[in-house]
Amino acid sequence: MVVASKASLSLLPLRSSSGISFSCRPSSTSISWGRSCTPMASLSVASAPAISEIFSRLKEKNKVAFIPFITAGDPDLSTTSKALKVLDSSGSDLIELGIPYSDPLADGPVIQAAATRALAKGTNFDGVISMLREVVPELSCPIALFTYYNPILKRGIDKFMSIIKDVGVRGLVVPDVPLEETENLRKEAVRHKIELVLLTTPTTPTERMKGIVQASQGFVYLVSSVGVTGARTSVSSRVQSLLQEIKEATTKPVAVGFGISKPEHVKQVAGWGADGVIVGSAIVKLLGEAKSPEEGLKELESFTRSLKAALP
Amino acid sequence: MTASATLALGNPSLDLAKPLPSSFLGVWIHPQSGLLRRVGFASPSSGLAVSCTMTKEVTAVEASKYENPGFGLRPDSFGRFGRFGGKYVPETLMYALTELEEAFWALSKDEEFQRELEGILRDYVGRESPLYFAERLTEHYRRSDGQGPHIYLKREDLNHTGAHKINNAVAQALLAKRLGKKRIIAETGAGQHGVATATVCARFGLECIIYMGAQDMERQALNVFRMKLLGAEVRAVHSGTATLKDATSEAIRDWVTNVETTHYILGSVAGPHPYPMMVREFHAVIGKETRKQALEKWGGKPDVLVACVGGGSNAMGLFHEFVDDRDVRLVGVEAAGFGLDSGKHAATLTKGEVGVLHGAMSYLLQDDDGQIIEPHSISAGLDYPGVGPEHSYLKDIGRAEYFSVTDKQALEAFKQLSRLEGIIPALETSHALAYLEDLCPTLPDGSKVVVNCSGRGDKDVQTAIKHLHL
Repeated sequence: MVVASKASLSLLPLRSSSGISFSCRPSSTSISWGRSCTPMASLSVASAPAISEIFSRLKEKNKVAFIPFITAGDPDLSTTSKALKVLDSSGSDLIELGIPYSDPLADGPVIQAAATRALAKGTNFDGVISMLREVVPELSCPIALFTYYNPILKRGIDKFMSIIKDVGVRGLVVPDVPLEETENLRKEAVRHKIELVLLTTPTTPTERMKGIVQASQGFVYLVSSVGVTGARTSVSSRVQSLLQEIKEATTKPVAVGFGISKPEHVKQVAGWGADGVIVGSAIVKLLGEAKSPEEGLKELESFTRSLKAALP
Repeated sequence: MTASATLALGNPSLDLAKPLPSSFLGVWIHPQSGLLRRVGFASPSSGLAVSCTMTKEVTAVEASKYENPGFGLRPDSFGRFGRFGGKYVPETLMYALTELEEAFWALSKDEEFQRELEGILRDYVGRESPLYFAERLTEHYRRSDGQGPHIYLKREDLNHTGAHKINNAVAQALLAKRLGKKRIIAETGAGQHGVATATVCARFGLECIIYMGAQDMERQALNVFRMKLLGAEVRAVHSGTATLKDATSEAIRDWVTNVETTHYILGSVAGPHPYPMMVREFHAVIGKETRKQALEKWGGKPDVLVACVGGGSNAMGLFHEFVDDRDVRLVGVEAAGFGLDSGKHAATLTKGEVGVLHGAMSYLLQDDDGQIIEPHSISAGLDYPGVGPEHSYLKDIGRAEYFSVTDKQALEAFKQLSRLEGIIPALETSHALAYLEDLCPTLPDGSKVVVNCSGRGDKDVQTAIKHLHL
C-alpha cells in the first residue's frame, strides 16, 4: 500500500549546502518532502510499532531481537537510506540510527571515524530527518535514534522530540545523559510517545541499576563491557551475571550492546538470556570500508543474515 | 581539628602575621541532608593561631539567607551552578565520579592529607607565590594627570613547572594514590597541564599517559619533550580537529575504558562534577594567598582581579576567594583569535551558546547543528570551545565580567611585559595583560588591580619567533 502510493511521485535528490533534501516537485528548489506529502507520510508513519511492542511479540514466540546500529551519512545519506531497507528486509527487529556528532565520547575508533566521514560529507540533522521521512514508511521495523545530548539541546528538547516523532522514530538513546539528568528528557519523550531507552553498565552499582531499569522505556540497554563502542574478540562473561541481576529487578526486555561483532557472540549473548542483541561497529565498519556503496550494501545483507541466523 | 577562631569572609581588618596554610578550604556537603558547610583547617605545622575558618550551614531552601542572596550553592549536590554543570557522561563513569567526590570530601577533612599537600605545595611547588608590584607596568598606565591604577602580578609563573597547573595536579595525584589508582591519564592543550601531570606522576611514581592533539604537539614541541623526559607517554590525538577538545574526548574515552584502574586528572574547572568544584578548590590557594598578601601590602583588598580564561582554572583559583566580596570586580579575558567576527576565536562566553560538552552544561562554541566548533587562538591553552560551568554561572548572574582580546593584542602584551618588567609571560597570560589596555583608563586613581600571571612564556618563544619581528 505504501509503495504504491509513493510510486506516483518523482523524487529528485537535491544536494543543498546543508545536506541532502528530497523534493517532490521537479521545479522546486528545497521544499521539504514533509510539507507537501504530509497526509501520506502520517498514514504510513503510524504503522511502525512501538519498541516495547516489538519485544512483547518476540517474547511470545521465544525469539531474541536483532538490533543493528548504523551511523547516518556514512558513506552518505542515500546509502544509509538503502542500508535501512536492507537491514529491515534481512530480519532486523529494531534499528538504531546514530546521528553523527563532533565529539562522540562513548564511541570507539570505528564509529568515531564514521561520524567524522559523515560530517565531512555535510550530513546534518535536517538531512537525516528528510531521509527518514522518506524511508520510514517503507520499513516494517521501528527506528530508534542514537544521539548525544548537545544536538538535542540545540533544538530544544520539545522541538527535537516532535520532529523525530513526526518522521516516525519510535525510540531514543542518549548515551551522555545520566539517570539524574533524564527527567526533562523523559517528560518530553513520554509526551511525544517516544520511548527513551536508558543504559546500564558493568560499573553501575545494583541500587542505581534498579533506578535505571525502572525509568527506562522500550527496553533496557545493557552495555556489555567497561569501555566505548567497538568490536571485541569476546564478550565478557560478566554479561551473564549482569543479565541475571537485571532480570531479577525488572520484567522489561534487556538488550546487550557494545563489542558484539560475530554470529558466535550473538548466539552466546542470546543463550545467556538477553531479549535483544545490538551490533554496531562491526556493521558500521563494513559499510564504511566497502569498496563501493553497492558492495557495502551487499556485504551488509549477508552479514546481517548471518547474525540473525545465530538467534533463536 | 578546626581552629577555634572564626573569620567572616571579607573582613579586612585581621592582621595575619604568618603564611596561610596552603590546604584548601573544603566545601563539605553532608551526603544525606545536602547541607552545605564550609570548613577550613589550621595546619599544625605552621603554628598558626588563626586560620580562615567559616562555618555556615546552608540548605538549598535557605540559600536566600546566605550572605550573598542570589548566588545559590556553588555547586549544589548534583554539581550544578545554577543551570550549569552537572554530570553529562556515559553511565560507565557515573560510579567513578561518585567515588571521586566521596574521596574528595573525605580528604578535605583528613589532616594528614592536608599536611602532606601543604608540605608539597611549599617545598616542591614553591608556594606561596609572590604578589608583585609591577612598577613599570603601573607607570605605563599612569595617565597624564598622574593618576592611574596600581598593578600587581600574582606570580603563578614562578611555581615549579612554570604555571598554576601544578596546584591541581599535585592534589589530584595525592587523591589518586589514596584511591589506590596507579594509572593516571590527562589531556593537555598547551602542554602545561600535561607537564604538571607528568611531573607529579614522576614525583609519586605513577604511570602517566597524556593525550594531546596532534596539532598542539606541533606548536608546543618543547612541552612534549619535557613530558617524555619526565617519563610520561604522550599519545597524539588525530581525531576531530586534533586539538584540546579532541584530546579531552579521547581522555574521557580512555577513562570510560579503564575507569577501574585509572584516575583522570582533568586540567581545568570543566568536565563533569566533581571536577569543576575540585579543581577550583585545589587552585583556590591562589586567591587565599592574594587576600593575605593584599592585606599585608596595602591593608585592603584588590579592587579588580584579572585573569585569562580558557577552561577557567587559574581564573577560578584567583576569583573563588573573592566571589562573595561584592566590591571586588572579577574580570575574565578569553581569546578572540583573529577577531570575534572572524569565526576563528575561542571567546566562548561572548559568542557561545549553552550546551553540553565533556560532561558539563556550559557555554560552548557550536554551529547551527549543535556540533562543536573548532576554536582558534594563538595560545594553545585558551584554544578550548567550552568553558568551566562556574564561569558560565558567574557571567549569567552578573558577578563576573568577561571580555576577549585578539592574537595580535596578546602578542603585543607578551612583548610589553617582557620589556617593561623583564617577565616573559605565557601567551595565555598575555591575554589577561592585554586587557589592561582597555581596563586601566577607566579605573580611579589608586585602584588595586591584581592580574593572575598564570604562566611563564618560555614555552611560547617558538610561536613568538614566527609572529614577532624583533
